[in-house]
Amino acid sequence: MKLRKVTAAAATALVLALTATACGGDDGDSDETGSGSGGGDKIKIGIKFDQPGLGLKEPDGSFSGFDVDVATYVAKELGYDADQIEWVETKSADRENALARGDVKFIAATYSINDERAAKVDFAGPYLLAHQDLLVKADSDITEATDLNDKNLCSVTGSTSAQNVKNDFAPEANLKQNSGYSECMSALQSGAVDALTTDDSILAGFAAQEQYKGQFKLAGLKLSNENYGIGVKKGDTETVNKINDALEKMVADKAWDKAVTDNFGPANYKNEPAPEIGNIVK
Amino acid sequence: MSSVLYDTPGPRAKRRNVLLSVVFFVLLALLLWWVWQVMDDEGQLRWALWKPFTESQAWTTYLLPGLGNTLKAAALAMVIALPLGAFFGISRLSDHRWVRVPAGAVVEFFRAIPVLLLMLFANAFYDLYTDVSSEQRPLYAVVTGLVLYNASVLAEIVRAGILSLPRGQSEAAMAVGLRKGQTMTNVLLPQAVTAMLPAIVSQLVVIVKDTALGGVMIGFTELLSTRGTLAANYANVVQSFVVVAVIYIVLNFILTSFASWLEQRLRRSKKGTGVVLGKEDVEELNAAEVGGTFGTGAGGTV
Amino acid sequence: MLSTYATHPEAREIVFDFLSDYDDPSILGAFWTTVQLTVFSGVGSLVWGTLLAAMRVSPVPLMRGFGTAYVNIVRNIPLTVIIVFTSLGLADIFGVTMGASDFEVQGFRLAILGLVAYTAAFVCEAIRSGINTVPLGQAEAARAIGLSFTQTLRLIVLPQAFRSVIGPLANVLIALTKNTTVAAAIGVAEAALLMKEMIENEAQTLLIGAVFAFGFVVLTLPTGLILGWLSKRLAVKR
Repeated sequence: MKLRKVTAAAATALVLALTATACGGDDGDSDETGSGSGGGDKIKIGIKFDQPGLGLKEPDGSFSGFDVDVATYVAKELGYDADQIEWVETKSADRENALARGDVKFIAATYSINDERAAKVDFAGPYLLAHQDLLVKADSDITEATDLNDKNLCSVTGSTSAQNVKNDFAPEANLKQNSGYSECMSALQSGAVDALTTDDSILAGFAAQEQYKGQFKLAGLKLSNENYGIGVKKGDTETVNKINDALEKMVADKAWDKAVTDNFGPANYKNEPAPEIGNIVK
Repeated sequence: MSSVLYDTPGPRAKRRNVLLSVVFFVLLALLLWWVWQVMDDEGQLRWALWKPFTESQAWTTYLLPGLGNTLKAAALAMVIALPLGAFFGISRLSDHRWVRVPAGAVVEFFRAIPVLLLMLFANAFYDLYTDVSSEQRPLYAVVTGLVLYNASVLAEIVRAGILSLPRGQSEAAMAVGLRKGQTMTNVLLPQAVTAMLPAIVSQLVVIVKDTALGGVMIGFTELLSTRGTLAANYANVVQSFVVVAVIYIVLNFILTSFASWLEQRLRRSKKGTGVVLGKEDVEELNAAEVGGTFGTGAGGTV
Repeated sequence: MLSTYATHPEAREIVFDFLSDYDDPSILGAFWTTVQLTVFSGVGSLVWGTLLAAMRVSPVPLMRGFGTAYVNIVRNIPLTVIIVFTSLGLADIFGVTMGASDFEVQGFRLAILGLVAYTAAFVCEAIRSGINTVPLGQAEAARAIGLSFTQTLRLIVLPQAFRSVIGPLANVLIALTKNTTVAAAIGVAEAALLMKEMIENEAQTLLIGAVFAFGFVVLTLPTGLILGWLSKRLAVKR
């Protein structure tokens, strides 16, 4: 029984340390429930956090990129100021789910429209037409997809770009799947892989980063058409229509061009002209 | 210095030791030199790639929130797993077969399964059968996986803690007329908890390490996964790995040191029965078959 | 394998059909990879761990320092970090390809490298504590009859130590079996990765979970029982 003092002291210390962090957790939780259903005075928008030029969490905690600018404009049209937006990271695999549950109002995260996805969510837009392309070293002699046979290729785990190459363009390519594009970039830089494949819009953003400037080039192949749309919960036609109106207005008042110049200009990305709403390029 | 393996070295042994030291030193230096060369060749030593870590923003925007989530998941897992573990650990010591056997089966089952499988399953389970938001789901899944596994390890620690107490304790309790439940709650458990504290703190190290699995496999934004967001900004994959590894090492080193300090302090204490379960003891107890079947789970420390 | 499945949605109707639907790899194939990872890493970490233990107890201070530093550093890093780094750091930056040009083979070998690096630290500790259980008199007697350091270690101490470390080593082996699932983090097609894929594409979460859990129970339970029995059998009676 006399041991109690030491025990009590140690146990209190442990419990205090644990509850201190645990309480932090609870705060986070109560935050979520408050704004989960959309509306209110906050809007939750899903974007990517790790794609320069499209959706990137900047060191100062702000967010930048074309997707972010488009989403901000759309949110404004829906009646939300920039400071009412809560950005949520929606990883590729989680996007349909987050919409179905209503965790986010809409998603602008390099979300290309296809039939499989359209069965699960509704799309507004498209607001950008991108193409699958290759990023190679500036002095590389890879000019066609078929050059990739017997070459090392990098893409992100589970991405459709990787599967496209495997299935259609260069079945003999040796495919490395990394956890993120920046991890592929370092492999490309060191020569561990010969090319990196995904949408040209994403590739341009990475190639334009300070550390990589001038080292890489886009092969300029239009291997596929990626119509970026804004994902909305299935059946929420009202929001889809509102977003479509917002996107049309954005193109009309040149805000779209400005977003393009701001985000793709530095990357020297020659984008396609603004797509027409509902016109999905197959 | 003398040990089981060798005597205090004489002049010849000393010379040989010096030679070995030199050879080993050269080998180590060669390895380090190779690492340095490759890093240099690949431009990985450029200050621009390391500089972000000297600025506050890399920490406040990416690493610290990630570390916060790591600690949050670990703390929640420990707080939930402890009572569960105590419950199952005590149940395994029950006099009733119908309590003892199922409890044992549950404990052995969850110790036999990789914690990653438990996390993946919990993730899918919450997705299908609950309305946890997809933002919170990874945290729930990680904590659930950790709780299921660690509760079963803690159950073994609790059991070992109680079994490590001298028989005289429960015999004396019975002699003064305490019932079984009273003996457990008033005599055995308080002492066992004291004895177990170092082992419990050591188990926290395992939990902290396992949170990283959630980051890679189910998208929980803990330290390792915020490293990815950071590297997308600064284009410094290798550097961010080094920094994150150092953070883990420091954090776990603090926990381990705290556990050793507790253990020593409790051992030195002249009060009580002087029984302490350190990390090593638990490892040994796991291996040495404390009643029941041989542990299928590895000592929780691996 | 995902695309194969997507083209056969009707397979969803039959509960057990998915067991045969995943041909590349099949569930058994994935578990076979798990077993291979375990065996190769087990052998590797036994060798490297024994070397480390020898360093930690050697009379050369530099080696002792290295052994201690290695164990304390590696034990405190998550295995996930180590394995992911083998792929993103060692392979991508340092060009350590493990003699494989194909990325699938490379990933498999890198995972083994990571598992060995990590598990060896625990093997080392198990062996070191085993060595510490050998009474001082054993070694003194060995030296008295003129055996050298390596002879003492090889003929007297290690054989005894190994017997008393079978139990702890069995625990390390079982933990290793479970830890091979971390290889999924770099895309090695072992059991956990297949489970992740299946669970994302199939509706029968509970059934899939049960099948894979059962697989690991089958892998770990006999190991525990056999080695537990062995460690009791071979224990040095003192």
